[in-house]
Amino acid sequence: MRSLPFGTVVRVTANGSATPAERPTRRRPAPTSGPILLARGLRKTFGEFTAVDGIDVEVQAGESFGFLGPNGAGKSSTMRMVGAVSPVSGGELRIFGLDPASDGPAIRARLGVCPQTDNLDDELTVEENLWIYGRYFGLSRAQVRERAAELLEFAQLTDRAGDKVEPLSGGMKRRLTIARSLINNPELLLLDEPTTGLDPQARHVLWDRLFRLKRSGVTLVITTHYMDEAEQLCDRLVVMDHGRIVAEGSPRDLIARYSTREVLELRFDADDQAAPAAALAGVGERLEVLPDRLLLYAHDGDAALSAASARGIRPLSALVRRSTLEDVFLHLTGRTLVD
Amino acid sequence: MTSTSTPYAGREAPGPRPPLARGERMGSVVAYFVDVYRRVWRGSIIGRFLSPLMFLLSMGLGLGTLVDRSSGGVDGHTYLHFVVPAIIATQAMWVALGESTYQVRSYFKYNRMYDAMLATPLSVTDVLVGHLLTVAAHLTVATVVFVAVAALFGGFASWTVLLAVPVAVLTGLAFAVPIFGFSSRSDGDDGFNILFRLVITPLMLFSGTFFPVSQLPLVLQPVAWATPLWHGVELSRAAAYGRTDLWPCLGHLAVLLVFVGAGWVYTLRGYTKALVR
Repeated sequence: MRSLPFGTVVRVTANGSATPAERPTRRRPAPTSGPILLARGLRKTFGEFTAVDGIDVEVQAGESFGFLGPNGAGKSSTMRMVGAVSPVSGGELRIFGLDPASDGPAIRARLGVCPQTDNLDDELTVEENLWIYGRYFGLSRAQVRERAAELLEFAQLTDRAGDKVEPLSGGMKRRLTIARSLINNPELLLLDEPTTGLDPQARHVLWDRLFRLKRSGVTLVITTHYMDEAEQLCDRLVVMDHGRIVAEGSPRDLIARYSTREVLELRFDADDQAAPAAALAGVGERLEVLPDRLLLYAHDGDAALSAASARGIRPLSALVRRSTLEDVFLHLTGRTLVD
Repeated sequence: MTSTSTPYAGREAPGPRPPLARGERMGSVVAYFVDVYRRVWRGSIIGRFLSPLMFLLSMGLGLGTLVDRSSGGVDGHTYLHFVVPAIIATQAMWVALGESTYQVRSYFKYNRMYDAMLATPLSVTDVLVGHLLTVAAHLTVATVVFVAVAALFGGFASWTVLLAVPVAVLTGLAFAVPIFGFSSRSDGDDGFNILFRLVITPLMLFSGTFFPVSQLPLVLQPVAWATPLWHGVELSRAAAYGRTDLWPCLGHLAVLLVFVGAGWVYTLRGYTKALVR
């Protein structure tokens, strides 16, 4: 038997422990200027079914942008294309100025993705979930540990760092998924329905965290079917329905354009809405008849309520509120956001 | 508890990062599975150790004594020496199945770990190769443990049995690679039930494991030749006997490689279809 090449073994070990980032041959590509996300006539089809039907979107660095719409509107399909995992069926898509068809890995290296359903490893601990994810981006052990500690603090999970994921609450898991999506310091964070299924308290904690991120300069792209979420988080948004964009603007713009300042909600016994609806003709700007109530759009809700009373209308209950994106959606699509 | 830190306190600024080499990408996938294994290794090692031991005791020593006494062994070898290399190959098949059926489906459907991996710079090939390398590591450990245990019982005629280790890894991969693809396409439990009952169990019984294929009815013999397990068993047996009949061995090797190669094409296609929608 020949003697073992000890020298070689030692050198290999020394190389293996060097962190990849310190290697001199590595060079960071130059950052991009121009829009972070650009879509022109973007389409996604699955066989005969068209999920995304030619949308145009442009998102600038530092912006917080929302896709608003019901389930099945094409939001998640759009997000998966933007995440450079789902191939584009038609049109043009650029993320950081790069084409996902040819530069998928380079794009994904700079993205953070928080999918609709948490895909954490329940059997591993909170911090292990962050460590393994950091390695996929090529972070060294030291970088991953440092980053994970910061992110756990950010996600308010430091106390649970060594616990298994499985028993955590829905809100904690969601915060961990968001923390994980930040492990690579992404320039663009994609959040697919970040607070769906969470209780109100957990939603507010999450919104607070996302707001901090936005303030620190991360570009956010969010899908949601919650109007209040869009109003809280988005500088600008598009309303999607059946794979198309039906409106675009800031929440305030959209409300101004497609709704009135206030809304008067009137409830009646289920089957006698037709008569009051007819009697309200001419009051306010517009009337929407829903199965369970009437919505009267008016600049002055109290004045509209007085006018209704003057016409002898006696609802079970009456509520004057500010107009929301829900009203915009109702106006644009002609139906409530229930599915 | 309110934190005032922003998540960008770290030294590294956001921005484009250097691309990773293929080896680093696959290595990061393997590292994940090593983490997973660290959680379950105790139960897994005991299983890996006990089940072949039971086969060894019942088949090799129990049944073996009977066979040797009544017919003087098989083909000039004691029954123990005949059956142990076959158990090595069969164990590899079972380990491969354990890693490539319900496990794989859970990474697709339940914890969606594959989706999580593909949201990073990793590609489908990186994920698949990384996972298969992990299976190869499981196969290696399981086989080495079994060879060591069997050696204590005098299970081998020749030290060339060490060659049975790579043979077992290859045999396991000849199952794991295509079954990964099967799992990527299967939805309910029916597929796995059929696989286990109609494919794997008959394979174990009729692939020359516990008796030579020549004992089978003539019509069934070609069926044995078409299965990867028979080729694995024959190759493993050749290694344990220290036999030097080169051409048959190359033939068995080629068949196993074809299962791995064709399985790779089938599996990569299934993975891509399931993950890149």
